[in-house]
Amino acid sequence: MINRLVLENFKHRPVRTLLTALAIGIQVTLILTLVGLSFGMLNDIAKRTEGTGADLVVLPPDASIIGFSQTMAEGIVSKVRELPHVALATGILMQPIGGINYITGIHLNEFTQMSGGFEYLAGGPFQQPDDMIVDEVYARGAKIHVGDTVNLGKPWHVCGIVVPGKLSRTFAELKTVQERYSATGQISRIYVKADNPANIPAIQSELQQKLPTYGVYRMEELVSLMSVNNVPMLRQFTDVIIGVGLVIGFLVVFLSLYTAVLERTREIGILKALGAGPGYILDILMRETILLSVFGTITGILMSYGVRALLSAFVPSFTMEIVYSWWPFAAILAAIGSLIGAIYPGLKAARQDAIEALSYD
Amino acid sequence: MIEIRDLKKTYHVGDVDVHALRGVNLSVERGEFLCVAGPSGSGKSTLFHILGGLTPPTSGEIRIEGRDLLKMTDAERTNLRKTTVGFVFQKYNLLPTLTAQENIDIARDIAGRRQADPHFSEVLSLLGIAGRLRHKPRALSGGEQQRVAIARAIVNRPALLLADEPTGNLDSENSRIVLDLLRRLNHEFHQTILMITHDPEAAAYGDRIVRMKDGRIY
Repeated sequence: MINRLVLENFKHRPVRTLLTALAIGIQVTLILTLVGLSFGMLNDIAKRTEGTGADLVVLPPDASIIGFSQTMAEGIVSKVRELPHVALATGILMQPIGGINYITGIHLNEFTQMSGGFEYLAGGPFQQPDDMIVDEVYARGAKIHVGDTVNLGKPWHVCGIVVPGKLSRTFAELKTVQERYSATGQISRIYVKADNPANIPAIQSELQQKLPTYGVYRMEELVSLMSVNNVPMLRQFTDVIIGVGLVIGFLVVFLSLYTAVLERTREIGILKALGAGPGYILDILMRETILLSVFGTITGILMSYGVRALLSAFVPSFTMEIVYSWWPFAAILAAIGSLIGAIYPGLKAARQDAIEALSYD
Repeated sequence: MIEIRDLKKTYHVGDVDVHALRGVNLSVERGEFLCVAGPSGSGKSTLFHILGGLTPPTSGEIRIEGRDLLKMTDAERTNLRKTTVGFVFQKYNLLPTLTAQENIDIARDIAGRRQADPHFSEVLSLLGIAGRLRHKPRALSGGEQQRVAIARAIVNRPALLLADEPTGNLDSENSRIVLDLLRRLNHEFHQTILMITHDPEAAAYGDRIVRMKDGRIY
């Protein structure tokens, strides 16, 4: 019977019910979008890193696994090549070009040998020093075509558009990138391919001995480290967003139930006259709250699909995943925020004086 | 069934004490239909609220079926409303979001009764609302709403039915119907009724009339 009353209360004020569910949904969407972007971007980076075809990666001292601000001397690449069982080694330089994008300087021939080469959708390889190859995602997001000149702080001429999945979204000749960004003789990473997969541990061990302060990772190690917890500040940022979400849920439900309790003062008086105790009244409001948070969570999950579709259409380089494992967590957070918001209105209703409530108009 | 001795009730309104009841003495027999008449401010509603367990008395003695209301805790008075007393109000006080049937069912639910009383259909027939139970209050006339309120008040077979100006919002035709129904409930189902009214015609429906003035029965 209480469930019936709760449902009828929702139907009686459909706009308020929808707005409350929507606001709780925004809380859920906020969390799911941030988590989805974190997972999506990191997994995308991981996949593209694997797309290099390398078996090992060498990072400069103190470099983070997804950061590219640290560099090392390009001369190290030739020393790596000299190590036993190393079939290929190539250095790359990544320079930020705004937002989350980097331009990646590569030796096209070496990169082609290691990765298997680009699959061109339009245009072709570098012809001039200022030529740039972009992947299809970047081209779609920036609305650029082969032959266009793109200003990324420096003008670049788009010579080719390729299938995504190989390390970066934008590529240029290593030498040009080094010169244009004042990093002559510097590189960000060395990608290494073994002559035989069985020799990868031996190469790693050798590199660790020769370059003790450098980061030397097998590809699967590096990819496994690309998680939210290993990205500086991302975990804390996620926690802040979760906190903001909780506050939103609390405020929304607080205001919604507070006005509902005021509006239903007389009805609460009627229920009390019929013998409903504080527990019965609280039960009604708590069920309303839980149901609102369920509606809100469903709304939030649906909206997170909408956000992903919008990002894919308008900012394709922002890769967002739907992280199912976070749905229960987002639902619990929505319920917690909502239940905290329901405490004061609930107690106010439960303590309502029946005679005063019955005379309320 | 009801024994009241020197019942007093004082409300504190700001710094002022309002003596709503100044020593009420009253006895009501089981199965009696008693009307309490009196002008506004005479203390009728306060007596109604105390008998219904909606507010505690200040002093005196008040017993319903041997249970002392003066010593009752809030929880015990809540239980009294659930099991022993049924209310009918002037403004009907039906829950607007529920149908007539659901308004009756929720009283049963609050009392913790899961099963419908098979004999209650007789009461519904008597009240003449069997065909209107699927409607929400806004679709019912005032008379119908009051009849639903009566059904709700007696669905748990309370020992005492308290009616506060039950015809106050009704026209004369519907007033007559409701008062007739109360009398039939009293006669046919031996329902003890205490009805508050300031209408002499309505008061005449009771077995006995007591009059209140200035917080006392005289």
